[in-house]
Amino acid sequence: MTTAEAPAELDGVTAPPREAVARRSGSAATSILVLPGVLWLVAFFLVPLAIMAVVSVGSVDPAGHITLANPGLGNYTHALDPEFIPALLRSIWYATATTILSLGIGYPVAYWISRYGGRHKVLLLILVMLPFWTSYLIRTYAWVMILRDNGVLNSLLLDSGLIDEPIPILNTDVSVILGMTYGFLPYAILPLFVSIDRLDFSMVQAARDLYASGRGAFLHVTLPLTMPGIIAAGLLTFIPALGDFVTPSVLGGAQTTTIAKLVQTIFTAGRDWPYGSALGFLLMGVTIVGTLIALRSLRREVIGASA
Amino acid sequence: MSGKASRWLTAFTIATYLFLFAPIVVLIVFSFNDSRRSFTWQGFTLQWYEKLLANTDMLNALKVTMEVAAIAVVGATILGSLLGLGLARLRFRGSGAVQTLLLLPIMTPEIIMGISLLVFFSQLFGLNGSVGQIALAHITFCISYVAITVRARAASLDPRLEEAARDLGASAVGAFRHVTLPLLAPAIAAGAMLAFALSFDDLVVTSFNTGVGSTTLPVQIYSGIRFGVTPQINAISSIIVAVVSIALLIAWRLGAFRTAARAVIADPEGA
Repeated sequence: MTTAEAPAELDGVTAPPREAVARRSGSAATSILVLPGVLWLVAFFLVPLAIMAVVSVGSVDPAGHITLANPGLGNYTHALDPEFIPALLRSIWYATATTILSLGIGYPVAYWISRYGGRHKVLLLILVMLPFWTSYLIRTYAWVMILRDNGVLNSLLLDSGLIDEPIPILNTDVSVILGMTYGFLPYAILPLFVSIDRLDFSMVQAARDLYASGRGAFLHVTLPLTMPGIIAAGLLTFIPALGDFVTPSVLGGAQTTTIAKLVQTIFTAGRDWPYGSALGFLLMGVTIVGTLIALRSLRREVIGASA
Repeated sequence: MSGKASRWLTAFTIATYLFLFAPIVVLIVFSFNDSRRSFTWQGFTLQWYEKLLANTDMLNALKVTMEVAAIAVVGATILGSLLGLGLARLRFRGSGAVQTLLLLPIMTPEIIMGISLLVFFSQLFGLNGSVGQIALAHITFCISYVAITVRARAASLDPRLEEAARDLGASAVGAFRHVTLPLLAPAIAAGAMLAFALSFDDLVVTSFNTGVGSTTLPVQIYSGIRFGVTPQINAISSIIVAVVSIALLIAWRLGAFRTAARAVIADPEGA
């Protein structure tokens, strides 16, 4: 991103020389500055995860209390039960469809902003990001009003005479995937924009001069050169979509249960917490690994571009 | 290749922007619609906002939300700013581990953070949800955002400015107070605004740590939605969209997005 690359001179401050930073190493002030925040994150982030890990190998006794009398990995193997696999497959299907749609919609938009946005590029990107920061729940809820049987969309279609009966859209796979695509599209557009904006378009011009068709130049030059951005955008969409429970709950029904929704039900309905914890860790494992890959590919792209 | 976009591409881009903003517009428009059930326009009214002002559940939820946000903003801003400043200034053994510790809460699905805190509070302390419990949870997920925003700004400050102050006889505290802190202030304020927006808006983590008498607005709205759509929810949602947008606008003016974008995209080694 051109704007982001501009170093910190924006406010009349320049980046410090590296030696100046290194020289301060080992100062006693380090611990005073960093310690409270680190201790907080250890106490209220890592310790709760550790407790959850302990609980996940436990079980529930007849009185309903969590017990560690017979610790084991039973909850994790129990996760292969019929309840879990369909929810996992459904989560993956929703996340995959959302990712493909987000890339398909996001790529042309990112391309347009980069190539034709001119001096409004930053504003156009901020417009993409704004709805993303304004309440995920409320934006999802807005789709309920649009998609329900007597909602905005069906009213419009009925009034225009295109349909005679309202089309049921809410509480289906379609509404969940639509809601997720709406929610996670900005995650896709930003990294796509970064990689397209870095592309040297004289390469595309060269391909055209060598008699490549517009389509050929796009497929053999533009697309491969922006592939790191596509991968990053895909993972940054896929990961949160996989762990989302707001969309399947608000726009979905009983038959749109995802892993996250399953975990939520297990906990709020006061059922088997050890089992729920195990499911949570399985979800978290997939998510963390995916995010690390996304960050790594994003970094490689940046380093490759600046080299 | 010509410098003009194809008409299809331009139309597609405009359609996508409409797609992004249309639901929010629909939400706001129908909060003024003079009809309880219908989703066609029946005339302008403010009755849903009036009913909202008389809805004690919603007003209590608003009060709880503001209490939680106040604690979360103060806590996360202090802890996150110190952490961001420390990471920008000093390279120390284990700073890599601290960077990872900072990124983990952002990478972890919200639902996992929610259930782990639920298990933590109920199993270790026998707590069943309260304003304090929610605020502790919010501080935890806000710290990273504040720290990343402040670190990006602190890393761009020239340490020679503070050294110059020291050379001119300022004490270490005085140099920090009169040179570094004013330069960091916009980033700290931006981080606080982000923390406010995140806390005010959180549903997932809160819903696992809420208890009797500590229902926040998003939790109240979520349960309202499950019982059916009412124009009052549109009204409160429109207000929230306005409040969060203003907070984000201030954060943007203060440079939060610029520094955050730089931290993540342009300075991968730092992030």
